Order: sequence, then structure tokens, then C-alpha cells
Amino acid sequence: MKREAPKSLADYSPLFFPGLMLIVFFVVPFSTMIAVSFFQRDPSGFYTPDFVFDNYARFLSLFFAKVLGFSLMLAVMVAICCVVIAFPFTYLLTKRPRKVQTIWLVCLLSVLSLSEVIIGFAWSTLFSRTAGITNLFVAIGLMKEPVALLPSFWAVLTGMVYQALPYTILVLYPALVRLDPTLLEAARTLGASPVRAFMNVVVPALRNTIVATLIMVFVFALGSYLLPQILGRPSHWTLSVLITDQAIYQSNMPFAAAMAVFLVLMSLALVGLTLLVGRRENAL
Amino acid sequence: MSGLSLQNITKSFGNFTAVDTANLSVPHGKFVCLLGPSGCGKTTLLRMIAGLEDPTSGQILLDGTDITPVPTHKRNLGMVFQSLALFPHLSVGDNIAYPLRIRGASREDQKKRSDELLKLIHLQGFSDRPVAKLSGGQRQRVAIARALALSPKLFLLDEPLSALDAKLREAMQVELRQLQQRLGITTFVVTHDQREAMTMADLVVVMGNGKILQAAPPIEIYRKPADAFVADFIGMTNLLDATADRLGRVSVLGQAIPNLTMPEGMTKASVSIRPEDVHLGPVGGDAIAGTVTFVRDLGGTIETFVEAGGKTIVAVATPRERPEVVAGQQVGLILPADACVVLKS
Repeated sequence: MKREAPKSLADYSPLFFPGLMLIVFFVVPFSTMIAVSFFQRDPSGFYTPDFVFDNYARFLSLFFAKVLGFSLMLAVMVAICCVVIAFPFTYLLTKRPRKVQTIWLVCLLSVLSLSEVIIGFAWSTLFSRTAGITNLFVAIGLMKEPVALLPSFWAVLTGMVYQALPYTILVLYPALVRLDPTLLEAARTLGASPVRAFMNVVVPALRNTIVATLIMVFVFALGSYLLPQILGRPSHWTLSVLITDQAIYQSNMPFAAAMAVFLVLMSLALVGLTLLVGRRENAL
Repeated sequence: MSGLSLQNITKSFGNFTAVDTANLSVPHGKFVCLLGPSGCGKTTLLRMIAGLEDPTSGQILLDGTDITPVPTHKRNLGMVFQSLALFPHLSVGDNIAYPLRIRGASREDQKKRSDELLKLIHLQGFSDRPVAKLSGGQRQRVAIARALALSPKLFLLDEPLSALDAKLREAMQVELRQLQQRLGITTFVVTHDQREAMTMADLVVVMGNGKILQAAPPIEIYRKPADAFVADFIGMTNLLDATADRLGRVSVLGQAIPNLTMPEGMTKASVSIRPEDVHLGPVGGDAIAGTVTFVRDLGGTIETFVEAGGKTIVAVATPRERPEVVAGQQVGLILPADACVVLKS
């Protein structure tokens, strides 16, 4: 079908509403944040308009580099854990009868209704020494005495994976439901065991979906700032925690803005890199 | 014994019986068409042979060994799916070499075998193309080549040609048959197209409602259908209610057919006669009187619709052998005894 280029103003009208929304909810606030990141902090008040690089300069220290590195590493790990758990799970779910699928999906959706705070405190109870799951292990004889599993890196990771997993499953579900089941059967008739067929056929056929899901969970995990505080030590705090700290408790808006801009740029760069690598492999 | 043998195969899904006590014996190297309307259980039967479904009861024997408990990937078979199921992330050559890759063949062996097969299906030089860049007929051939890559004992195809247009389908039927004869491989094709079955098969297995109704060479199925369902499903036919007259002859539409006696113990029956066997003549004598209601002149053949005793009977002839008749004309229908098949009604 040949498409004509839009000519009159009316032809562009379908774009007005999304354009307006994008300006109001993205362009304006994000530009404000970029502008603020160059402002001067006023210790007695809020900030004064200026154009200085102090905020960015302060950021270029080993401490912040470490925090940034940790934040990115944590987000990547959450993304990988989520996809590794969710992909086979969702695949097996799509093989169940329709009714069973619906029940599972409703349960998963109900997890989404829990706020980050509730998830954080629920896990902190589960990982505690007095009321946690280690008491169960003691009861069945796996452990000698109950121990506290938090604060620790693994507690943070578990909490964040738990929070992101329903999203991961919901994103993977449509693609896996649409996957032609005969692809797998074909692999089996050609001599591949079911597990082998899954790795050889299902995973590569859905490579793009997997990459997209990884990116989504990565971005989602990057914004998490409550769980690291509830379940981790200060050394497990992410950049998002520091941004909150600067913006709300230290009232240093310009510095918080600078960190936020930097975080956005870094994650954009990572996402871009992933896509670039993906495209190169596709071309082969 | 050599070949494939199905013994009392039954498959139920809950209350629904998809395949009902199927028994079939196929010698090695035969081309079998499983033919029937949709939902008759033919695909389920094929999937059980492939091991993609487990029979509820019964056994599948291959060369005398029970293969019922053997999982699909150990059965050494090649299967072509209706959707073809080519792997979208692999090139043509890699698709064909996939079964060799699974078995750990070296890269050179894989390449050698896939090139050999590409030659067999007349697609030399397509090895590095992505599957998505092929036409429907080419994909079809790639799926066939992939299924044959390991020279399997059984070659199974589930409505393989249904996605192709009519002309290509006819050409592929001939090609598939020739390929099968060259390789001498036992082949099962599921189809609902009786023309396809007639073209390719050594043995046509007609199924209806989960049962095997008749298994015989195509021409026998056409000439001597086992029951009314088979007669009606294979080709065009005229099915007429028949009774025995007092001399024991078969009587159709109030007129006894000369030299056709009712089988022992039957008083009512159906008579099936193919349109090309119905002759039109003058009214009178042993002929059944009728009125021509419509003439469909297709150039190569002429179909004449004749109404007699409330039934419409179709007669087909070539323009050479048929005197011209027109709608409204009174004619006599002659049903030769040797062309009539008496069936239980």
C-alpha cells in the first residue's frame, strides 16, 4: 500500500494529543531537571539560577563511581535473574489449560498491587532471625539455629527480583503464547530432547523479546530506592537512594538533578549498547 | 514383520474419542494417505505414530518392535508439519542440518548433507538464505529436506500442501510421490483432499468419526467403497435407496436393475454409482424415467442433472459420447449392473 505524506495541518492532528502528553509529562519536567542540575545550591534556601558544572564535578569521585557501578550491576543482575526464572516459568504456564493460566495471571497481577514498602517489610520479616524462614529450616532440621539473612546483598536482590518478576512474566506471556508450538514438536521429531529443543528453538526464536524484557527489567530495577534501604546495608544503596537522600533530606536539588541526569544518560547508553550488539548478531 | 503396524490404537481426550480402535498394517516402503473430513482423527493418528501424542490404549509396532513407549526424539522419523515449522532464526542450510547438529555431526558433514539435500529438492545455492526470504513452495521443499536429512524409517506429513495454491499443489503432489519412490521410504500423509490421495498413495486409509472405514489402494476405494460414507467422500457419487424385488433383484426408484441381485439376507440397501457410469438414453425398457433439470457444460465434460422419483442423479460424460440433451427433456437413466456398488444402508 502506498502511503501519502501528510499535507495539511489536519493530517497531523492524530499526533497532537500524544505530543501534548509527551511535552507536559516528559519534556517539561526533564528539561527543568537538566536546567536545575546546572544551578547553584543555596544552603540557606533552595537554589539560585546559575550555570555551573560544580554539581557534575562533585559527582566525579570514586565514591559515586562505585555507587553508580553497584547500581548498574544490581539492575543487570535483577534483570538476568528475572528473565532466567520467568522465561521457563511463563513457557510452562502457556502449556497449561486456559483456566489454570488465568488463575496464575490473576495471582501475579495481585502481587503488582503490593507497594514497594509492603514488599520490603514483608521480606525483612521473612529474612529476620526472630520470625524468618530460617526458623522453618530449624524446625525441619536443616539448620542448628535461626539466623538473620538481612541486611545483605542477597536480601536486596531477592526483594527486587520478587518485585520485578510479575512484570517480566506479563511482558513475556504474549510472545510465548503466540509462539508456534509446532516449532518445538518439529525439533523433537528431528531428534532433540524436550530440554534441548527448548534451548535450541524457543529461546533463539524469541531472542528479541528476551532482549526487550531484559532492558525493561533493567530500567525498572534501576529506579528502585526503597528495597535497598530496607533490606541492605548502606554499601548496598543504589544511586536512586542517594538521589532521594540529596533531594529530600539534604535539600540539594541541583546535585540530585545532576545525579539523575547522569543516571539517565548511563542507562540510555547501556540500553543502546545492548540494542547495537543485538543488531550486529542479527546481521550475522 | 517388516513395516508399520497399528494394533487397536485408541485415543481419547476426556469424553471425546479421537481415534477408535484403529488397526492398520503397512508394509515397508509404501505411501499411505490418511484421508477424511476435518475432525475425523487422521491428524491425531499421525501424531501418535510420531509420538507427539500417547495412545490411550493399543500398540504401534515398527518392524516388529513395540515403539509405543519410545519418545519422539528417539523414533528416527521425519515429519513435515502443516505450518512447516521451519526455524525462523536459522538459515535454509542450518534448518536442514539441524538433525545432524543435534547428533553432534561435524560442521563439514552437516554442510555436505545439506548441500546433497538441497540438490535433491532443486534449491542449490540457497543454503545461506534466511527462511523468511523463500516462497511458499520453496519453504515446502526445505521442510521436506529437513525431515529427510537423517534418512528416517518413517516419513510423516500433516497436510503438507494445504498452504500452496492449486497449481503448485498439483505439481508438488507429483514431485513428492516421485521423491518417495526414489527413496523407498514408508510415508504417511494426512490430507482431506481426495485428489491428492489418489495422486500419491499406494494405500488410502479413509477415516470418519475416529474410525478407519476402509484401507485399500486408491482405485479400489473409488471402485469398491466399503460403505456409503466412503463412497460419498471419495469423488462424486449418486447414492440411491434400493430395495429387493420379489425375484431378489436390486430395485432402484421403482425400477429393477438387470443382473444385479441383492446380497443374501438384505432387503434394503444403498446403491452407489459414479456419475461417469450413468448412461442417458431414450425412455422405456429397463431405463429409469427422469427429467433433465440442469446441464452444466464445462467444455471437457458435461454434467447432466436428472430428477427421477424425487432424487437428483448426476451423469457425467464427454461431449463426444453424449447426445445433446436440454433442460426439461425426458430421458431414460441406465445404471449398468457392474458399475453399481450395493452398500448397507
